[in-house]
Amino acid sequence: MTKVLVVDDSNSIRDMVSFTLKSAGYETAEAKDGQDGLNKAKSAAFDLVISDVNMPNMDGIALCQELRKLPSFKFTPILMLTTESSGDMKMRGKAAGATGWLVKPFNPEKLLATIKRVVR
Amino acid sequence: MSVDLSQFIPSFLEESFEGLELMESSLLNLEQGDDETINSIFRAAHSIKGGAGTFGFNNVTEFTHLVETLLDEMRDGRRSIEQNDVEILLESVDCMRLLIEAIRDETQCDSNKIAETSVLLEKTLASGNSNTSSDNPEENSANPSVINPEDALSKWHITFIPEHHLVQTGNDPLFLFNALADLGDLTLVANCKELPALNDIDAEELYISWQLTLTSKANETEVREVFEWVEDECQLIITQEETVADVVDEQPEETEIPANEPAIIEQVANKSEEQISSAISTDKNSSASAAEKTGTKAKNDLGSIRVGVDKVDSLINLVGELVITQSMLSELGNDFDLSKVEKLNSGLEELLQNTKELQESVMRIRMLPISFAFNRFPRLVHDLSKKTGKEIELILKGEQTELDKTVMEQIGDPLVHLVRNAVDHGIEPAEARIAAGKSQKGTIILNAYHQGGSIVIEINDDGGGINRQAVFDKALEKGIVDENTTLTDTQVFDLIFEPGFSTAKELSDISGRGVGMDVVKKNIQSLGGRIQVESETGVGSTFRVNLPLTLAILDGQLVRVGSEIYIIPLITIVESLQPQKDLINRVSGDMVLYRLREDNVPVIPIYSLFNIASEFEDVESSLLVVVEDDGQKIGLMVDDLLAQQQVVIKSLNDNYQQVEGISGATILGDGSVAMILDIAGIISMAHKKSEMHQKHKRDLQYKATQQISEGANL
Repeated sequence: MTKVLVVDDSNSIRDMVSFTLKSAGYETAEAKDGQDGLNKAKSAAFDLVISDVNMPNMDGIALCQELRKLPSFKFTPILMLTTESSGDMKMRGKAAGATGWLVKPFNPEKLLATIKRVVR
Repeated sequence: MSVDLSQFIPSFLEESFEGLELMESSLLNLEQGDDETINSIFRAAHSIKGGAGTFGFNNVTEFTHLVETLLDEMRDGRRSIEQNDVEILLESVDCMRLLIEAIRDETQCDSNKIAETSVLLEKTLASGNSNTSSDNPEENSANPSVINPEDALSKWHITFIPEHHLVQTGNDPLFLFNALADLGDLTLVANCKELPALNDIDAEELYISWQLTLTSKANETEVREVFEWVEDECQLIITQEETVADVVDEQPEETEIPANEPAIIEQVANKSEEQISSAISTDKNSSASAAEKTGTKAKNDLGSIRVGVDKVDSLINLVGELVITQSMLSELGNDFDLSKVEKLNSGLEELLQNTKELQESVMRIRMLPISFAFNRFPRLVHDLSKKTGKEIELILKGEQTELDKTVMEQIGDPLVHLVRNAVDHGIEPAEARIAAGKSQKGTIILNAYHQGGSIVIEINDDGGGINRQAVFDKALEKGIVDENTTLTDTQVFDLIFEPGFSTAKELSDISGRGVGMDVVKKNIQSLGGRIQVESETGVGSTFRVNLPLTLAILDGQLVRVGSEIYIIPLITIVESLQPQKDLINRVSGDMVLYRLREDNVPVIPIYSLFNIASEFEDVESSLLVVVEDDGQKIGLMVDDLLAQQQVVIKSLNDNYQQVEGISGATILGDGSVAMILDIAGIISMAHKKSEMHQKHKRDLQYKATQQISEGANL
């Protein structure tokens, strides 16, 4: 089963993403910030990481950089959740090794349709 | 597949309110201006905006976007932090709160205020030297439709030449092609010309490029969107051939792809198309049902508590232990004989321990740190100090002190009143402070701590203190005291809690309309608490509020009177004693005073209060429980002292009716009902009684003197 790690400091977004994924048959784990996400990533393998950018303790960009340093996450798709559709944000994400981004707001259908570009 | 988002809205709202509180308190601390503070404010706004967009609250998204843009400029250092901007941001926080409250209550909010503040924000943004306000929120609202059935089929030729490092960012062309296949019929040809010799292959590089043909209803944006994440890392050429009338069966001949990929893709394609169409139809259903739900849903006031995971974990642990004990006990009961009594006892002991811990843990869930009540004060004091022109520093202490949620909700308003008073009446104007040799800046300290079974909240100001003479004069004027009453300082200060009492020379709109302190006191008393005031002229005042930690459970002393058992709240008990004969004074009638060191304590026989039979009717052979409320002591005459235990309070009002002298009831271990004594009520009953006696006595004296004078006249 495809396992997804959802990292967001906002409970409601995290719940929503996680719920959407679960109802589409994905398995999910949740983390409340970058540091938490990194810890969870170190203890289990994931097929996809979806992470918010702005978070306390460790932001999404830093998480992305850290994950790419882990051998098991070298090729894992990492999607950034961002409200900023500006190119600057995307460049920063790409530079950190992110696979792609999801521009907030998004609805569940959009989310599911979009992540199909990187996982099945 | 359908995803009903409405279930996440309450948690979004709760989170947003928390975010707003954080924004507010951080904004108030921003004056020093450190990066982390701005960052956390930005993050809060950002989260609210993101959530609001996801759940479709566009007015919140639009408004918050402006706030966020301004914050972003501050965060990036493009804009220095001006007090003026902070004020606007504070206003904005208020607006966001209005908007979110409107969502919660399903009402409309004051759109004028929102519009005004929006304009203000836009102006501020325009006045800055930045150029970031270009991306507007409409851009962000993503269009969920993946396929547009009205479009005719078109044939797309796509040349996709990825850079070699493409896979290192986690992208995989196969998934991209799968996503494309979801849009329509896809055929593809792989070009392996770039593939180096086996020895030179780097396993982490991608050497293949593709030529794709897609027959689909999708338009160019939709096709291009699939490559959104890789377009900077590849050469992508997308061309449209022509509009085809029917689904084409003319497959391009170059299907000489080595792997069996296309077959898989087609399978997936068909499946996904079904999924998408069903998703779209169910989406309609779900939004319709959501609309229905919001229509019929009653106003929900978010009566939820956020509980730390540790608390829940400890509950689960305890329940686990309880289950173990239970199974052990039931095993013991299966074939019980006398030899197992010891085991039974230890099992019961364990059960007691478990129950106690479980109870404590459950109670802990209702406990919240008092910071929930304190959080509003920085803003309040900030606003008040602006309004009054007084410089005031607010210090919060003991914010982690925990308090029952119900008590917390009800103590908020009285505390606001006390803080307003401290700002308005307590802290003197700057000139007066300087003249008195104090620092220009006034200080208000809010402090909370646990003391025994109660929580103490102190509101301390370093202002001028309460003017004893002014209070006394005012009391004279109101006829509360008469000229020759001598009162201690505490008694004088307590006068400010009398109805209709205000010593402020002029009324302000902040406080001091003469309503208030009596209401404050009443509110606190209705929570089972009490308020005291200490004050020193020129040094300041301290209001000290004592509150019970919880309203649901009480530490009680069980006492027996005749065959009845009553419960006295442990917190009110000063001491219990065996009366000594020579200390008992009968004043007059059946009024009895007991000399307790320097106090004369009125003795109240419970049996006569509630008109029941008692074992002992004389004071000497009974026991006296001396209780105190609001600084007044009485001695309750009881037959026997029994155990001390925690009792769960059941309301008499709900189950029966209000009874004077009784605050509630509880159910004891043997299943019988015991009444909990209302000490404050009993004290006031006793006072009424003694006043009646005094009056009676005066009348008698008056009659006697009249008789004497009549006799003299004879």
